[in-house]
Amino acid sequence: MKFSESWLRTWVNPALDRTAVAHALTMAGLEVEALEPVAPAFDRVVVGEVKTVEKHPQADRLKLLTVDVGQGVPLQIVCGAGNVTLGMKAPCALVGAKLPGGLEIRAAKVRGIPSFGMMCSETELGLSESSEGLLVLAPEAPPGQDIRQWLDLDDHLFTLKLTPNRADCLSIQGVARELAAITRMPFTPLPVTPATPVGPTQRKVAVQDEAACPRYLGRSLRLAHPQTPTPEWMVRRLERSGLRSKGVVVDVTNYVLLELGQPLHAFDEDRLAGGLSVRWAHPGESLTLLNEQKITLEPDMLVIADQSGAIALAGIMGGQSTAVTPQSAQVFLEGAFFSPEAIAGRARRLTLSSDSAYRFERGVDFAATRQALERATTLLLELCGGEADAVVEVAGKLPERRPVLVRPDRVRRVLGLDLSGQAMAELLGLLGLTLKPHADGLEVVPPSHRFDLAIEADFIEEIARLHGYDQIPAVPPPGHLVMLPSPEATRSELDLSWQMVHRDYQEVVTYSFVDAADEAALAAHPSDVALLNPIASQMSVMRSTLAVGLINALQSNLSRKQERVRIFELGRCFSRSGTSFDQHKRLGGLVYGARHSEQWGQPAEPSDFFDLKRDVEALFAGISPVFAPARHPALHPGRSAEVLLDGAVVGWLGELHPRVSAQYAFPKAPLLFELALEPLLARPIPRYRETSRFQPIRRDLAVLVEASAPAAALLEALQAARAPGVSEVALFDLYQGQGVPEGKKSLAFRIVMHDTERTLTEAEIESSVAVLLDVLQSRFNAALR
Amino acid sequence: MQDLQSILDGAVSALSSIDNPALLEEVKARYLGKSGLLTERLKALGKLSPEARPAAGAEINRVKLAVEAALQARRDHIAAQQLERQLSAQALDVTLPGRGAGNGGLHPVTRTLARIREVFHSLGFDVADGPEIETDAYNFTALNIPENHPARAMHDTFYLDATHVLRTHTSPMQVRYLESRKPPVKVIVPGRVYRCDSDMTHTPMFHQVEGLWVDEAVTFSGLKGVLIDFMRRFFEQDQLKARFRPSFFPFTEPSAEMDIGCVICEGQGCRVCSHTGWLEVLGCGMVHPNVFAPLGIDSERHVGFAFGMGVERLAMLRYGVNDLRLFFDNDLRFLEQFR
Repeated sequence: MKFSESWLRTWVNPALDRTAVAHALTMAGLEVEALEPVAPAFDRVVVGEVKTVEKHPQADRLKLLTVDVGQGVPLQIVCGAGNVTLGMKAPCALVGAKLPGGLEIRAAKVRGIPSFGMMCSETELGLSESSEGLLVLAPEAPPGQDIRQWLDLDDHLFTLKLTPNRADCLSIQGVARELAAITRMPFTPLPVTPATPVGPTQRKVAVQDEAACPRYLGRSLRLAHPQTPTPEWMVRRLERSGLRSKGVVVDVTNYVLLELGQPLHAFDEDRLAGGLSVRWAHPGESLTLLNEQKITLEPDMLVIADQSGAIALAGIMGGQSTAVTPQSAQVFLEGAFFSPEAIAGRARRLTLSSDSAYRFERGVDFAATRQALERATTLLLELCGGEADAVVEVAGKLPERRPVLVRPDRVRRVLGLDLSGQAMAELLGLLGLTLKPHADGLEVVPPSHRFDLAIEADFIEEIARLHGYDQIPAVPPPGHLVMLPSPEATRSELDLSWQMVHRDYQEVVTYSFVDAADEAALAAHPSDVALLNPIASQMSVMRSTLAVGLINALQSNLSRKQERVRIFELGRCFSRSGTSFDQHKRLGGLVYGARHSEQWGQPAEPSDFFDLKRDVEALFAGISPVFAPARHPALHPGRSAEVLLDGAVVGWLGELHPRVSAQYAFPKAPLLFELALEPLLARPIPRYRETSRFQPIRRDLAVLVEASAPAAALLEALQAARAPGVSEVALFDLYQGQGVPEGKKSLAFRIVMHDTERTLTEAEIESSVAVLLDVLQSRFNAALR
Repeated sequence: MQDLQSILDGAVSALSSIDNPALLEEVKARYLGKSGLLTERLKALGKLSPEARPAAGAEINRVKLAVEAALQARRDHIAAQQLERQLSAQALDVTLPGRGAGNGGLHPVTRTLARIREVFHSLGFDVADGPEIETDAYNFTALNIPENHPARAMHDTFYLDATHVLRTHTSPMQVRYLESRKPPVKVIVPGRVYRCDSDMTHTPMFHQVEGLWVDEAVTFSGLKGVLIDFMRRFFEQDQLKARFRPSFFPFTEPSAEMDIGCVICEGQGCRVCSHTGWLEVLGCGMVHPNVFAPLGIDSERHVGFAFGMGVERLAMLRYGVNDLRLFFDNDLRFLEQFR
């Protein structure tokens, strides 16, 4: 809602400057988004009347004028504008004037002829971006009057950012009513005298669904001078509210819309065929709107129709075929109340925006329809002359305004504000509400212009608003001192993220919607969750894997000349699951480049699979997952593994497939992992086991096995053997090369033995080692080295 | 014959210039060896009268002990010198940088979320998490935003199908949380939210923290108290100014918008606060009875307040970030500033 300060002050004029008015509106919930001057600063520009026009003797394109600026002797002025005519009135900058942009007017010679001022265009006065020729003023403009005064250029523009509940403030009357309430000023509604009809309106009107259109008013007007120009004051107010002048009939309906908030529509009566009906659209019916958009109507769209079919989209926009033109002398003026439910959402569906729909879907004062229609009639007859027929009315069941009980105790309890019932009644009285005493408080009837007052809570807000939110004390509520649970067997996502940070990973946050092509390249099961209305094609599907975001982040950082990238993300991944969605959180990491940042005394070794695996292992605190070779379409088939817990796959890790890596033009293949979040948050609570007082005994066991034998299988077998006294078995060396036959590898295990009760004997030690060796020999065909 | 004192003086003087263990042994032999000066004097004792022997013997022994002590002292001195030389040869350039793995860092949004959580945790707020693909029912209807309500136009919604959307706010979790718990409750819900909007000041994905406190003694005054305290703790400014303006959210009544004094210019007026001195930081209000009713919560007994704040907005103000889009560019040069 945009309007000029001077218009508002004709309604209510508190003794506050405009900044204070803006502050008061903002603090009452009508946020003033902008407050700006109508025109930039300039001075000494007055109304000038062109008294004589001659050709400039030395220049074809220039003219020599004498201009009456109210000083007795006309000024001689050289002017280059094309639209200069004898007798015209235009702004004239006097010698000494300072114009926007810094131009200062001096007495000067132009091509040899002295000039004592400058005739001005709109652009030169900073009133528009571009203009052609001088700004033409009305013939009645008095020469010599300051142009700022004549055009009311010291006026300011208010722009309100209204919330959807405050449709009642989508008019100057509504804002004035609100400003009066918050500044405790009197408010007088616009007095409207109904026109005296010359006869009954002949046109019949029928309403199909009275719930959708509980009131329809119309009347025929015959205008004597339909081409009368719209008066300047009206054009100015319209323009200052962002509406362009489009001829007097449309201007008047727009003016009443801005003034009273009631959308009206004018039909060219000569182009109407038969009676009008307000009805739901027929399936497949089409309509060309005023803006030349051709739409196909749906059965939940309300239309105004005549015998030829739909001629207007009710409450939203008129149709082209019956639109008024400058020649329309016979006008059928419509004022109606359409219920918000019948209008809401339709304009958006048709990607239309209209001032009318905007108001109807939020709620228009249903008690003021006739007043608005009469106001428009009066204005039209005043401006154009002519006569009006009586109003034809179809009335159904208008919205009810039931009394609401407002209990002072409840108000005090919700607001935490000590305010008397009397004070509350006074505040509500400022809104002009009907109040009735009740045993428990007050019965309040919401007014017809408010669609947001239906329950007690709504009035609690009104009381708080008028009292001032800032006048309510700020005191934290008392609470129950109950300690929060503190489960030790889980850790927070933040703890996990910190662990990643301490392992030299930088966290990233990438968009949850990604490019389907990336999904196809990187996901094991590419996304099956697409957006119906993506903002861009590369953000059209929900990610099924964090790998997409990580790979894209790698790519953008490599293009910024980063050589080492270690990043992770914790977030949801998405897939369909029946009629619903799976959207669990996952942790993903990517490693690219050297193991350590480039530094002295450390060879620059590239990170490899086992560096990544160490990071993954470290994340499972107190739990040992199983890593099994597995194929993943985006990973190197020989350098990728699944991560399993209790037999269930909880994630994967590996090197990006060289083919995929080439697709992204990476110089080297990055390493990636992704894990389900939940198991990573588990942290078994430690249980004490007795430590031995006796020295541990270590024996090493080095064996030759087939190069293809998985180390984990040997380790697992050694641990499963449960050889007496053995407390730890670990792999500490892998060797292939000189001394080891082709196709074989040497694995060396550390065997640590312990007994908590006594020192093990040599015989016991040898016997246990023999058991373990036997396992390796019999199960893996191992040879002792 | 040389007197004992000059022998001692000679020994001490000889030792004082010796830096070599071999020479030290030579000096030892010269005084204490088989035919050393002091050994000879001891041997010569027999030639003295029995009366003179004890005193003379004691005197020789005293000098002998003194020479031995001087020898030991010199030996220790030489050893210490040697160790010193050895250690100084092992000296490192301790000004070289340390070696090995470094640290990464958290994303500024995570860092900000952690801060928000910590402040509310200190007041006993639980932390809950909710789905990002939400049903239309939870995202809108349960929050008193029926089909075609103009408030839906305020949310540029991403749709997945007729009934599922990407949640446009974290508020649906108010309903989900209360479905499984009875008041009193105090909870915050951090998370990603989505709006179909992208320009200088909007990204299609961003983060919010929802807050909800339902209890018998909750008031609008309490809402103001908690949120003002929060902002002062978050920005670590005890005198931070705040104001509340009436606003509209279908799921709260009364509703308010909270502004804080500009933390960039301290209210003087700058580009960030559009020269108003105020920054809009969150929306809040008292839970609407239409939200409570389907949950079986008696509005007469329990009152609730709820609030929702934009995390990126707070992060920008806290850390002086001037472009929202930086948060999702994942430029390491940006992210590494938050270590």
